[in-house]
Amino acid sequence: MSLDYISDLESEAEEKFERIGEFELNTGRRHGISRLWFFIFRASTVFGIIVLAALLLNISNNAFGYVVVLNQVEPETLAVDGVPLEELPKEAMVEIFASNVSSGLYRRFDNEKPFAERSRQDVLNLVEDWVINPQVERTWSLYESLFMRQQISTEFENNFEHGELVFRSWVSSEFFTSPQSAEPEQAGVRTAILGSLWMITITILFAFPTGVAAAIYLEEYASDNFFNRIIQTNINNLAGVPSIIYGLLGLAIFVRLLEPFTSGAAFGQTIDAATANGRTILSAGLTLGLLILPLIIINAQEAIRAVPSTIRQASYGIGATRWQTVWNHVLPSAISGILTGTILAISRAVGETAPLVVIGASTFITIDPSGPFSKFTALPIQVYQWTVRPQAEFRNIAAAAIIVLLILLLSLNTSAVWLRNRFGRRL
Amino acid sequence: MGDQTKGAAGGAEHLGESTTGQKLDLRKRFRIKEMLIQVFLFLSGALSILTTIGIVYELGNDALNFFTRRSWENTNKPVAVSISPQTTTFDVGTGGATLREGQTIRIRNEIMEITEIEGTMISVERGLDNTEAVSHDAGTTIFIGTNVSLIEFFTSTKWNPQISQFGILPLVNATLMTSTIAMIVALPLGLSVAIYLSEYASERARGFIKPTLEVLAGIPTVVYGYFALTFMTPILRTVFGRDVVSIYNTASAGIVIGILILPLVSSISEDALSAVPRSLREAAYAIGATKLETAVKVVLPAAFSGISAAFIVAISRAIGETMIVAIASGASPNFTFNPFKPAETMTGHIVRISGGDLSYDSIDYNSVFAIGLMLFFMTLILNMISQRVVRRFREVYE
Repeated sequence: MSLDYISDLESEAEEKFERIGEFELNTGRRHGISRLWFFIFRASTVFGIIVLAALLLNISNNAFGYVVVLNQVEPETLAVDGVPLEELPKEAMVEIFASNVSSGLYRRFDNEKPFAERSRQDVLNLVEDWVINPQVERTWSLYESLFMRQQISTEFENNFEHGELVFRSWVSSEFFTSPQSAEPEQAGVRTAILGSLWMITITILFAFPTGVAAAIYLEEYASDNFFNRIIQTNINNLAGVPSIIYGLLGLAIFVRLLEPFTSGAAFGQTIDAATANGRTILSAGLTLGLLILPLIIINAQEAIRAVPSTIRQASYGIGATRWQTVWNHVLPSAISGILTGTILAISRAVGETAPLVVIGASTFITIDPSGPFSKFTALPIQVYQWTVRPQAEFRNIAAAAIIVLLILLLSLNTSAVWLRNRFGRRL
Repeated sequence: MGDQTKGAAGGAEHLGESTTGQKLDLRKRFRIKEMLIQVFLFLSGALSILTTIGIVYELGNDALNFFTRRSWENTNKPVAVSISPQTTTFDVGTGGATLREGQTIRIRNEIMEITEIEGTMISVERGLDNTEAVSHDAGTTIFIGTNVSLIEFFTSTKWNPQISQFGILPLVNATLMTSTIAMIVALPLGLSVAIYLSEYASERARGFIKPTLEVLAGIPTVVYGYFALTFMTPILRTVFGRDVVSIYNTASAGIVIGILILPLVSSISEDALSAVPRSLREAAYAIGATKLETAVKVVLPAAFSGISAAFIVAISRAIGETMIVAIASGASPNFTFNPFKPAETMTGHIVRISGGDLSYDSIDYNSVFAIGLMLFFMTLILNMISQRVVRRFREVYE
C-alpha cells in the first residue's frame, strides 16, 4: 500500500513536471502577445501626436507660400509728370482715384468720409486698393514653395506674362490691422479680434463672479438637501449640453425676448446701422457666459474643496463668521485654482463658433465694434466664413486667421499656467 | 468646570469694560451684509436651474409651435354657394379633393372646423382661432390645414420645411453616421492611449504625451472643421478615388470628430485606470500574469465604470459636435448610408438655417428649435446614463 502511495506521488509529480513544461511554452506565447499589444498601444499614442502635428503643419502649409500677384494698373503708369505715385500731393491722388474708379464707387467713399477730410495716407491706401488693385492669381502651399521651387518658377514663366512671383505670408501686420474685406488680399481680422475681445470681456464680467459665487454656495453654504442636490446634478448635466443648444437659448432669450435690453434701446441707445436688433455683442457675451458657467463652477468647486478644512476650523475658532472665513481664508487659498479653471473655460469660449452663428453674428462687417450694443463678428466666425468660401485664397486667409486664433488661445493657456505657478500657495 | 466658565466670562467682561465701558454681548448677531451675500450666492447657484428651465421652456415652446403650425393645402374645391356670416351648413360641390370630418379648413382668412359631412353638404364651426366669420362668394377656394404630425416627423425620410416635408430621419441618420464613424476611430485609439499612458509609459513619456493630448483637446472645433475639409477629405479622395468620395462627406467629418474626442476618451479613461490601486496589479503579477493580462483582465474591469462613462460622454460630444459637420459634411438633408456622400446632420442644419437673418415665427425658425429639442434630449439622456453608470458600477477600493 505504501508502495502504491509512493508510485502515485511519483506519477503525480511527473504530471506536474510536464505541466510546468506546458506553462513555459505558454509563457513565451503570452509574452509575445503582450509585447505585440504594447506596440499597438504605443502606435496609437504616436498616432495621436502625429495628428496634432498634421493639423499644425496643414495650417502653416496654407498660411505661407508663393503667390503670383497681378496689378490691374501698374503703379508706374499712374505717375504724373515723372513724379511717382507715392510722392504725389493728396489732391492729385484724389484725382487719380476719381478718374480710375466708377463714379458710384467714388461717391460711396465720399459719403463714407468726404475726401477733403481724409488724410494723404488714407487716400494712398484707397488708390492702392481700388486702382492698382493687386490680385493674387495663383497660390502655392508652403510645402510646394520649399521643395518645388524649380517647378513653380517654370510654371510662372510659362503662364504669366505680367505679374510678380513673391513669397507671401498671409499672416502679416496688415492682416492684423485691416478690417474685413470682400477681397482676400486686403481682408484682415481687426474687426474680428476687437469683436472677440469685447465679447469675452462681457463673458468674464458675467460668468466669473456668478460662477465663483455658485461654487462658494455649493461648497461652503449648501446643506445636503434635495434642492441643493438638484442644483449640483443640474450643473453636471449642463456641462454636457452641446454648445449649439446654448446658441438656441441665446437666440430665444437674449436676442428675441430681451431685445429692448440687448439692442440697447432700453438704455437710450439710438438704433442706427451699427445696432442690429438683439444680435449684439451683449447677447453673444451673455450666451457664452451661460455656456462656460458650469465649467467655471465645477473647476472652482474643485479648487475650494482642495482647501484643507483645518483652515476653516481655525478661522471659526477665533470667532470669524462664515463669510469672513470664506473671504479671508478659503478664497485666497483657492484663488489660483479658480483662476486657472476660469482661464481654461474662457479659452473654450474664445474658440466657440456654433452658438455665435446661431444667435446671428454678422458675417460681413467692416466697422469696428464700438460698444456692447454693436453688431459684431468674432475670430472663429471669420475662420468659418472664410473656410466655406470656394476660392483658394480664402482658404489661405482662413489658415492665417486660425494662426491668430491659436496664438490668442496659447497666450491664454500660458497665462493660466503662469498664474498657477505665481499664486499657487502650498497648503 | 463652573469656575472655568466663570473665569472666561469674567475675562470677557473685563475686556469689554476696558474698551467700551459696556458689557460685551456674545450672542449671535444678525448681520445684514452676510445675509445679502448669502442670498447672492444662492441666486448664483440657482441660475443654473433657471438656465435648464430656460432651455427646456424655450426649446419646447418653439418646438410646440412647430408641431401645431398649420400649412395650407389647396383643395381645388370651391364653395358652391355664397354664404353669409351665420351660415353653418353649405354645399361644396363634388370637384377637387375630398374633405373629412374633423378637418380644419380655411376660406380666405376665416378658419373653420368641419363637424359633419352629408353628401356634398358640410356643417362647420365658424370663425375659429380668432378669425372673424364673414360672408364668402360662391367659387372661393377651400384650403385644408395640415399639421406636422409626429408620425411624419419620426418616419418620413425627406426634410424640407419650405415645401412641407418634415421627416427628421435624414438629419438623425447623418448625425448617427458621423457619430458612429467618430466612435470607431476614437474608442479603440483612445482606450489604447489610456492603457499605454497608465500601464506602460515612463514618467518622462507621460510628461510629454499628456500635455500634447491636452493641446489637441483645447483646439477650437472650427479649426478641426478646416482640417477635415482641407486635409482629411483630399486624403480620402486620393485613397478611394475622386468619383467615389464627394467633396463634402460624412466619413471625413466623422473621422475628424473621432480625432477631436480622442483626448477626451483617453484622458477620462486614463484617470479611471490610474485610480485602480497598485496592489491589484501587483497581485496579478505575483500569480504570473503578463503586463497585457494584468492591464486587460485586472485593471480594465476594475476601471469599467470610469471607462464606460468616458465612452458615453464621448458619444454625447460627437452627437452635439457642430462646426466640423457644418464645414465638412455637406449642406443638404440626404437620407443615405454611404459615408462618402454628403449628408447634413442635425447640428449642421441648425447652423446653416440660422446662419442668415432668420425671421421669427417662420417655419424654419420653429423647425430649428424642434431639432434642437431632440438634440438636447439625446445628449441629456446620454449624460444622465453616464453619471448613473459611474455611481452604479464604481468599484471602491480601500
